[in-house]
Amino acid sequence: MRKEDRNFQGILVFGETRSNKIHSVTYELTGKARNLADVKGCEVSVLLLAESLRDDPSDLFRFGADKVLVVQDPSLSIFNQGIAVNVLKAIIEAENPEILLAPATTIGRTVLPSVAAMLQTGLTADCTGLEIDPDSGLLLQTRPAIGGNVMATIKTPVHRPQMATVRPKTFRIPAPRNRTGTLIYPTLPKETFSSPIQSIHLQRAEGDGGNIQDRDCVVSGGKGLRRPEGFRLIKELAELIDAGVGASRPTVEAKWISYPHQVGLSGKVVAPKIYLAAGISGAVQHLAGMQTAQKIIAINKDPEAPIFRIADVALCGDLYDILPRLIERIRVERCERNG
Amino acid sequence: MTMNLAVLIKQVPDSDEVKMDPEKGTMIREGVSSIINPLDLNALEAAVGISKAFGGRVTVLTMGPSQAEEALREAIALGADRAILLSDRAFAGADSWATSLVLAETLRKTGPYDIVLAGEKATDGETGQVGPEVAALMGYNLATYVSFLDAGPRGVSVKCTVEEGTLYQWIPLPCLLTVLNDLNEPSLPTLAGKKKARRAEILKLGLAELGLTRENVGLLGSPTRVVRIETPKITRQTEFFSARDLERGIDRVIDILKEAAVI
Repeated sequence: MRKEDRNFQGILVFGETRSNKIHSVTYELTGKARNLADVKGCEVSVLLLAESLRDDPSDLFRFGADKVLVVQDPSLSIFNQGIAVNVLKAIIEAENPEILLAPATTIGRTVLPSVAAMLQTGLTADCTGLEIDPDSGLLLQTRPAIGGNVMATIKTPVHRPQMATVRPKTFRIPAPRNRTGTLIYPTLPKETFSSPIQSIHLQRAEGDGGNIQDRDCVVSGGKGLRRPEGFRLIKELAELIDAGVGASRPTVEAKWISYPHQVGLSGKVVAPKIYLAAGISGAVQHLAGMQTAQKIIAINKDPEAPIFRIADVALCGDLYDILPRLIERIRVERCERNG
Repeated sequence: MTMNLAVLIKQVPDSDEVKMDPEKGTMIREGVSSIINPLDLNALEAAVGISKAFGGRVTVLTMGPSQAEEALREAIALGADRAILLSDRAFAGADSWATSLVLAETLRKTGPYDIVLAGEKATDGETGQVGPEVAALMGYNLATYVSFLDAGPRGVSVKCTVEEGTLYQWIPLPCLLTVLNDLNEPSLPTLAGKKKARRAEILKLGLAELGLTRENVGLLGSPTRVVRIETPKITRQTEFFSARDLERGIDRVIDILKEAAVI
């Protein structure tokens, strides 16, 4: 669709629910949408799909939503891309949003490109920055590009809606405010909830040390470990300070460690209190996945490693020398404290 | 029945070889060799496996410059039966929508296909959008993040890796699946395959052959525009320690851990 086709207005957030609960990324995107809407002087709507929502959707008003649309149907108990696309498309065609934001989760990254293609509009994946161009009022979408070593800012000048996905934890959830809005339960035609695709079963994963996105500290290893066994040292330090274990993309591609540990835009975006990177040189796609950490400590033997440029403390040397020394010092500190 | 399969591949720079220019902060691409996007090899491996089980034909297609022919020949060496290169000056500068349009039009003109496979994303652009967009333009059933598949005459049973765990789905044909590297171990090319690849004829299609118009493809047909490219700003004051200073650096780390009440 093109901007002259209809009167496109407002920002729509394609919210995410898991197990009938509103996922935190929905709050992150609602807050960001509010900032953008305040610049444009428009409304923020949030769409939630669920079998039967257990959280209170009107809570989203306090985080910036003016309107919350809740679509509930038994067919939405397990994610079905066919049905989700039908619902989102129907809501877009009714609401005509100028901007559509969605989480860059497996759901968002499946549904959004499908809808973008059907509507013949642009979509920018994994944005790390979103702002409104003061001159044109267009959404400026910033993402790492060309192998993740530069940042590209992209716009969608004439096609609508302007669509972008954003990784969880990219934007912080704003402080709740005392505000209210409209809660709507739209009625959609029955065929919206049918699809040739059958979602049979969702088998929940066993906890693999928990989600690294929820940890206060993350200790990550990269190709500088030189061998898969190097992750034992990373895990030893991580256990000692109760940190999650992270990894760079090349180590996951080499199968030294499993995908849930991957930090970066192609893995998970983390924002811990402390991020310690050992043997990671710092491709932008990795940096974009951890640069909002409060403190960054980097260990690398290459003094020119890009990760040093965003680190608070840069330790230049062999990680197989530095990490054991650091582990020893932490143990000594612990002993002194304990007695 | 036989299966008509297609694999969407992309030639990408070998990311292990890419270095950064420390002064400019840009990528040094000179002398970096090109490879088939790693996840596309998993897609190809799966397609070849399905065609062996059911009988059928595997077509690989890629949009890119003439050098992308190498990637197609490699795909033939790995078991593909037919290769199509989509190359035209008019295709340059395409975003994911304009790329998907060319790929979809090719599938329409050279199909029909039962199953189309692609890597979940390419290591250079990393949008992961082209697969789903092609599926939508073709009206195919789509599954993404596929880490296991079992193809049958009417559809494919898939396991998809999602944040919460594993999603089991049934995807009726025709379908497009984007795959992860857990799916299989890509084979190495055989000697016979390499021989076949050298002799293989690569079908080359451009704007005219596909019956597309210039306004719909490449940069002109792309809904998105790049406004600017910049290297990320440095916002932190880095304390740098090396050699004999390292002990002091470790002291600083201990301080930070204490401040954060980690130890």
